[in-house]
Amino acid sequence: MTLKWERDWEKIVGFLFVLPSLIAVTIFVYGFIGWSGWVSVSNWKRGALPDYSYSGFDSYARLFGTNELYASGIDAKRFRAGLRNVVWFTLLFISACVILGFILAALLDRQIKGEGFFRSLFLFPMALSFIVTGLAWRWLFTPGDPNIGKTGINLVFDTIGLGFIDPNWGSDTIYFSQSWGLSLGVITLVVAAMWQLSGYTMALYLAGLRGISNDLREAARVDGASEMQIYRYIIIPLLKPVTLSVIVVLAHISLKTYDLVVAMGGEGEGFVKDVPALNMWDTTFGQARFSQGAAIGVVLLILTSFLIIPYLNYSIRSEEEQ
Amino acid sequence: MTTSTKAESSKIKPFRILIYLVLIIASFFYILPMYLILATSFKQYSDINLYTMWELPPIFFLDSCTNPYIFCFDSFYEAWFGSEAVIGMGQAFMNSVFLTLPGTFISTFLGSLNGYILSKWKFKYADVIFPLILFGMFIPYQAILIPLTITLREIGLYASIPGLVLVHVVYSIPIATLIFRNYYASIPNEMLEAARIDGGNIATIYQHIILPLSPPAFVVVLIWQFTAIWNDFLFAVTIVQNEYQPMTVALNNIAGSFVVEWNVQMAAAFLTALPPLLVYVILGRYFVQGLLAGSLKG
Repeated sequence: MTLKWERDWEKIVGFLFVLPSLIAVTIFVYGFIGWSGWVSVSNWKRGALPDYSYSGFDSYARLFGTNELYASGIDAKRFRAGLRNVVWFTLLFISACVILGFILAALLDRQIKGEGFFRSLFLFPMALSFIVTGLAWRWLFTPGDPNIGKTGINLVFDTIGLGFIDPNWGSDTIYFSQSWGLSLGVITLVVAAMWQLSGYTMALYLAGLRGISNDLREAARVDGASEMQIYRYIIIPLLKPVTLSVIVVLAHISLKTYDLVVAMGGEGEGFVKDVPALNMWDTTFGQARFSQGAAIGVVLLILTSFLIIPYLNYSIRSEEEQ
Repeated sequence: MTTSTKAESSKIKPFRILIYLVLIIASFFYILPMYLILATSFKQYSDINLYTMWELPPIFFLDSCTNPYIFCFDSFYEAWFGSEAVIGMGQAFMNSVFLTLPGTFISTFLGSLNGYILSKWKFKYADVIFPLILFGMFIPYQAILIPLTITLREIGLYASIPGLVLVHVVYSIPIATLIFRNYYASIPNEMLEAARIDGGNIATIYQHIILPLSPPAFVVVLIWQFTAIWNDFLFAVTIVQNEYQPMTVALNNIAGSFVVEWNVQMAAAFLTALPPLLVYVILGRYFVQGLLAGSLKG
């Protein structure tokens, strides 16, 4: 439902209102994406001077290691490590935030004294920059020297009787499998990112829980449902839209993660903490290899689009249904 | 109602104690890094030791007479004024202010205009254009950084605060538009129709009806933009690495420079975190609303 356009000049004025924004978004989002795409297939291999002549998909071939030479090259190695890490990071980070956020929200929803205090406390990291968060956690993850004693988070574990958890967080340890396994570095990223954003998940779930009428729970209780059953069969299914939002928002944040990795010391030994977003920046602005960097950016965009376009579609459609 | 909840809570007392226990344990997790930042930044370099990093600054100990100092601000002093190797946080603070304030206000105002038109005066294809705008808030900016730096160089705004303001304004159009559009959608059309009958037009309705109803949405978007621009690192580090660098970049440089001690790094981190934290403490309620709005399903 909108107002009727009755006067011609109002039509023009209305359009003029949004025109600057439209032009800006068209150029800065869509124009620039196309431009990046062109750079990625151009001859602008090295140096600050652009060369926009067409070269082909060589930069992509280097990333995906399509022939033997490229497959053993550093570009393919680093890119694969980055993909491996970002997949692990996304899975663990989202699961951790969803589980912790939901538990905290469910607990806070039970008429807790000092609810406001706890809520603010869980949420405040959200107000910080990833650079601050990363710096603090980088120091927390200083492993110390086994001969002198433990430091940082390992010392905390030791104090609370979990002394068996004492990995050397800065090492290049990778669990399960060398090529697709989970690295210790990624775990440090997950903990820091979870610290920053689990409060956000909690806030979303808490808002969702408050939207569920008490009568529904009462009715279930009267029917003899246990508290666990109420969560299992009523509340969690009703919170599905919230969970979907959380997953999409967190997933796109984690695919874009860059500053947190920088603040926590960069790609790490053997690329154990590398992510494509950082790889793109280093390749482009660190090494001045523009077509190669552009290709990483484009792949990153495509990965994100697989997630975002269906979500935008879904959101717009459910809005229309209302 | 009240009696039933009372009866219930007395019945499951042990369970409630468990709830508080879990919440308190969780609190430690959230306080830990902040505690470390604060405790370290109030220490002197001579007191910094990896193996005593969890200890409070000496002033908090009863036996601090052996090494007495009252609230040691040395690290803050050093962080604020910088050194030859790194820009001081004081200068970076001013840069961040001159970056964040215009960026926040301009993008909020644009968002309000866009939201007004896209919710109340939909032109043809407005519903197609809106998702196309929204897409801009989800893209990984790595996909546009190269053309962005080239363009800023061309128009002479590279490595300058105005250039960075422009970038933030443009890329926050989607989120600002989204929040205002959702907010304005809840204003009944009847109000606007009535104003039209009284002779109002698209501009006067905005001025006399929409704007006076907008403060809640303005507060939400202003806070959101303020924290987003203040905390941004990617655009800043790509576009401004010189003396105009904002606090996040300066902090990262301090952290990356091997000559700067941990206490100074932590003081710099605290200074960087302080402005958005203050906003959060004072206006936390709206901050949460912004978070909820930012997740699309408002």
